[in-house]
Amino acid sequence: MKLDFGVIWHNLPILFDGMQLSLVLTALALSGGVLLGAVLAVLRLSPLPPVAWFAAGYVNAFRSIPLILVLFWFYFLVPLVIGRPVGPFYAALIAFVLFEAAYYCEIIRAGIQGIPRGQSAAAMATGMTQAQVMRHVVLPQAFRNMTPVMLTQAIILFQDTSLVYVVTLYDFMTSAAIVAQRDLAIVEVYIFAACVYFCLCFGASRLVGWFKSRLEVAR
Amino acid sequence: MQRYQWDWGVLFRDPYFGWLLSGLGWTLFIAMLAWMIAFSVGSTIGICRTLPNRWLRLIGTAYVEVFRNVPLLLQMFLWFFVLPELLPREAGRWMKRDMPYPEFTSAVLCLGFYHASRIAEQVRSGIDSVAKGLAHAGLATGLTLQQTYRHILMPIAYRLIVPTLTSEFLGVIKNSSIALTIGVLELTNQSRQIESFTFRGFEAFTAATVIYIAVSMVALGLARMFERRSPIKGMMTREASS
Amino acid sequence: MISVQKVSKWYGDVRVLTGCTTEIAKGEVVVVCGPSGSGKSTLIKCINGLEPFQQGRILVDNVSVGDRATNLPKLRARVGMVFQDFQLYPHKTALENITLAPMQVAKRDKAEAEDAALKLLRRVDLEEHARKYPAQMSGGQQQRVAIARALAMNPIAMLFDEPTSALDPEMISEVLDVMIKLAEDGMTMIVVTHEMGFARRVAHRIVFMDMGEIVEDRPTAEFFGGAVSERATQFLSKILQH
Repeated sequence: MKLDFGVIWHNLPILFDGMQLSLVLTALALSGGVLLGAVLAVLRLSPLPPVAWFAAGYVNAFRSIPLILVLFWFYFLVPLVIGRPVGPFYAALIAFVLFEAAYYCEIIRAGIQGIPRGQSAAAMATGMTQAQVMRHVVLPQAFRNMTPVMLTQAIILFQDTSLVYVVTLYDFMTSAAIVAQRDLAIVEVYIFAACVYFCLCFGASRLVGWFKSRLEVAR
Repeated sequence: MQRYQWDWGVLFRDPYFGWLLSGLGWTLFIAMLAWMIAFSVGSTIGICRTLPNRWLRLIGTAYVEVFRNVPLLLQMFLWFFVLPELLPREAGRWMKRDMPYPEFTSAVLCLGFYHASRIAEQVRSGIDSVAKGLAHAGLATGLTLQQTYRHILMPIAYRLIVPTLTSEFLGVIKNSSIALTIGVLELTNQSRQIESFTFRGFEAFTAATVIYIAVSMVALGLARMFERRSPIKGMMTREASS
Repeated sequence: MISVQKVSKWYGDVRVLTGCTTEIAKGEVVVVCGPSGSGKSTLIKCINGLEPFQQGRILVDNVSVGDRATNLPKLRARVGMVFQDFQLYPHKTALENITLAPMQVAKRDKAEAEDAALKLLRRVDLEEHARKYPAQMSGGQQQRVAIARALAMNPIAMLFDEPTSALDPEMISEVLDVMIKLAEDGMTMIVVTHEMGFARRVAHRIVFMDMGEIVEDRPTAEFFGGAVSERATQFLSKILQH
């Protein structure tokens, strides 16, 4: 079996552009997902039943269905709603933000609920309002605890962006697939792509681990 | 949205209703076979990661890291497109031409070995959270390490991880949708087929969504029933403080 | 019967045991005491091989514990151990806790093992609790079941690692009573404990440890008679206050 890794070398620009898109998509989806997730977490913890129920329903629904289905949904829905054709990028971005928000909501909620009640009791006993307690005592600790989990979820999100293949958005995965099929270098290109993903994700998870141990030292 | 023509009836008409059912059937069938691989391989690897032997631990760690750092879609392609090329000529040719249901087989193997790496982590953390003192207690009465795992550590560890295993099974069901990229006609793929044939995307995708949610609720209900029947509910591991 | 010869153990720079040497004859009851961190728990865990050690030798009935060729499970089956936090298997009844090792290690059949187990439970006054789970029993009851469990393998010696330290005060005496009966029946016992009343009553010798070393090793009467080192005197004065 002859392997021609030259194919990869010739197509580096395409693959590089694809990776750029993967990273941009990850970054945007991450920011949107965390923001929306935080809003959902607050709604979920609300004392008003309909509000909490809505947020819970949203989260449970999005966590029960595959990401690919969500991608198809928005690829189909967004142009329909806006009234004109829209490229796959924005449809995919919206899909990712709404999907990830459900997962980030749960991470944030667990982080906040993980702070012992004694902490807010102690703070309120010194005369702070609920909002002040949140701001100065609960949330800072909660964020410290959640950050490693949120970073890990970000790595998962980066891997999930490969699914934009199904809506033919030219990220790293799709570009690799195109090159592999067009230049008939399936084995070389896919193995190369796997190595790239492995190095990036493994490296990132080591960084998160190191970051986590630094957090623990600072306690 | 006013230009969209609603037609919910299309879902119940032939052949579309049949497509949805067969899609669901393939989804569940793939998920169950993949789960069997994932649970057996995953338990083995998870146990390896807790054994005193350093090489076994290393192999376990390597397995988990390889499978969790490559996107599942790419893994699916590697199993379906690349593996037949890497095998010795005869085996490769058999895989490409004579093996029955090649897409289905690749999908099951891919999902099985991927989720095995996740189950390995869950089993490992279950075993780790059983207090070390219990293992010592077993060893002190003359049980071998193998007996200690079999009678003490594993029964407790598995009961501890039932919730995570349930959500892992749901994950297998959801990830089976990735098999559509290699041509498997599972549920999501079928809903997309319906959409492209009838242009009733809203109805088609809603059907798939409702079915996935229903399956997930059934699975969660079954798991809760199983947890209730387990003789020691909310069994806690006590931390040794010496 | 048990011979500890110049045993040393360290973790990196930290010396846990240094040159510990002592002999325990058949039928002797030896109490090991000392401030926390003195290495007493570690020492008895070395005797049945639950903790490895780097230097020295330990012989149990002429079998070398540290020797690679030694069959540790077989050795441990002949020496019973009782832990500070009981470590009963939470997913098994009291009866099952006791019969596990006899059935799995000594290969006795179920009826025989259960019969013997009930006799042991009678001996520790807990026959009616045979079908209860640990979570349904008090600390004192659990520890007595743990003692029965250790006796189930007909050991030649019993090791106790602070058996009453985790108990509420009103339950300490029920456990000590069982241990006193055991001593009076002629069992070879090494007991790590602070219960000096117990020591005075049944111990033949007291071993005092401090900072990983055996500082005192004397017959009971001598130890309490006043001919002791300064460290031991300090320690005694602190615990005898209560």
